[in-house]
Amino acid sequence: MTDPIGIEIRNLYKIFGANPEAHVEAVRAGMTKAELQARHHHVLGLSDINISIAPGCIQVIMGLSGSGKSTLIRHINRLIEPTAGEILIEDRNVVEMAPEELREFRRHKTAMVFQKFGLLPHRTVLDNAAYGLEVQGMAEAERNRIAMRWIERVGLNGFEKSYPSQLSGGMQQRVGLARALVNDAPILLMDEAYSALDPLIRYDMQTVLLDLQQEVRKTIVFITHDLDEALRIGDRIALLRDGSVIQQGTAQDIVLRPADDYVANFVQHVDRGKVLKVGAVMQAQHGFDALPEAAIAAGASIAEALQQMAASRLQALRVQDAEGRAIGVIPFQAAINAYTGNAYTGNAHTESAGTVA
Amino acid sequence: MTWLTSFPQLKNAWLRDLQRIIDDAFRSFTRSYGDLIEGLFSPLQTLLIWFERLLLGTPWPIILLVVAGLAWGASRNLRVVIGSVVTLVLIGLFGMWDDTMKTISMVLAATLLSIAVGLPLGILMARSQRVQRIISPILDIMQTMPSFVYLIPVVMLLGIGRVPGLIAVVIYAIPPMIRLTNLGIRQVDPEVLEATDAFGSSAWQKLTKAQLPLALPTIMAGINQTIMMALAMVVIASMIGVQGLGQPVLRAINNQYFTMGLFNGFAIVGIAILFDRISQAWGKRLQKHHEARHD
Repeated sequence: MTDPIGIEIRNLYKIFGANPEAHVEAVRAGMTKAELQARHHHVLGLSDINISIAPGCIQVIMGLSGSGKSTLIRHINRLIEPTAGEILIEDRNVVEMAPEELREFRRHKTAMVFQKFGLLPHRTVLDNAAYGLEVQGMAEAERNRIAMRWIERVGLNGFEKSYPSQLSGGMQQRVGLARALVNDAPILLMDEAYSALDPLIRYDMQTVLLDLQQEVRKTIVFITHDLDEALRIGDRIALLRDGSVIQQGTAQDIVLRPADDYVANFVQHVDRGKVLKVGAVMQAQHGFDALPEAAIAAGASIAEALQQMAASRLQALRVQDAEGRAIGVIPFQAAINAYTGNAYTGNAHTESAGTVA
Repeated sequence: MTWLTSFPQLKNAWLRDLQRIIDDAFRSFTRSYGDLIEGLFSPLQTLLIWFERLLLGTPWPIILLVVAGLAWGASRNLRVVIGSVVTLVLIGLFGMWDDTMKTISMVLAATLLSIAVGLPLGILMARSQRVQRIISPILDIMQTMPSFVYLIPVVMLLGIGRVPGLIAVVIYAIPPMIRLTNLGIRQVDPEVLEATDAFGSSAWQKLTKAQLPLALPTIMAGINQTIMMALAMVVIASMIGVQGLGQPVLRAINNQYFTMGLFNGFAIVGIAILFDRISQAWGKRLQKHHEARHD
């Protein structure tokens, strides 16, 4: 297995139109998407994107349709050419790669899963899954052996000789996932991979992905317009609107401290009890004379904490980390406030604890 | 007021001169390069004669068996097999076996040549807007220009015989091959191509592993059209010395032999249907993966 590698996106701009280079400076100086459209008939796809994606973590990029999220993910393997900016992966700038180098980079460093699956309809599930290795020039027996392993792993045993059109949408996307995993590339790009699936299957596939991630530790960039999906699988989330990042942070950050009304609007219907973790809303222990007897894990949800307190009629719980050390306290009132979305009452300690989850 | 009723045309003397200049130029071109060009096309002559000898030299029961085998392999349909064999048997009984073999060899050679030239051209056309802009009008001209007109320079250059006939047939029959190859490749789902790009396919891998196989049903339709058009040309080609079913038809027209014309005409129709059914059935079977459409 390859070691996970990070992705550094710096000052990335994408302008669509006849002469995009001519307008980069104007956009840098603050011209808006609407102005650029009205005055120069160019479309601002991405504006000054800076995202640093840590090795082995799941970065969700979220936004409504037209926000530029699919454009952004296509810059990481340069299916779309940027107008300005750089994308650094293992100290190499993807933007400056020569065609041959780019092809090698796509073969070995990235794998991609598509919203509409992008499977080759004339090939069987097995031949689709083995496609990446075939392109690399691996011998047939060897690539089929590896592909079969992943076909089994995503739960498609017995379907390897079927054609994509004979499978349901959920199964087709399992093929898409298997095809991406067969390559064993350190970076996995998922472009609205689950948006075309119905909710139950989507939940199922999210579970498959999270389970797999425990095993393979890839750097995953996951595009979605579904907030619940973003909160469930994202280690970090970047919110995109009109081609700009309006907020990035952990799920906790975004739910607890929305950057503006747009984000607040976005997160108001979220089930906060499930999303918020005890670690993100707990208070520092030095404020309390004696730590409560009952304990809860920092990774548990607020809903679980409230349940535990209500069941045993407690006013507070001791919060402990994975090793069982006490790291804070969560009073009943703070949990209720966080749950209902009332004025946030955290203190300095919780600011830094925001990333515990 | 004559200038209103009769169109003001160029002076007759000018037109005559123009025609003479072009004719003289072409004639001197023919005189100096005719042998060279004939030499370039001599491999075609070899191919044609080889095909004709193969079909005429093979005993007829074997030809019947091969056709039946092809029909079965392409269609897996007993009716197509029986229809093909009965057509050939009737043609043989009515005394047109040798002419039919000559025509089939001509059509096969023309089709092979059309595929060999048309497929790469179609691929080029699909890859570049500029090539498409250049080739498209040429194809329009090839399809609308009366075939007799381009027979003239072909005959002047190469004389009368099999090769000029083959070239005339190919000029007439190749446009659908080029057009449908282009169309088939352009119709391939861009999302599939994006996926092949994302996995690092080279242009050649993309062409052979995605574009051509996915365009194949459309390309097969092009081959089918090419075969049909090649057959339609056999009578015209017989005027410049191509042997086969066209020549008896030509004789029948000149001498008003109604029945002779009808028999040979039906033989052409018969092998047209035979070619059509076999090639279409094959094209359909290539799309097997489309059969089990889910939801």
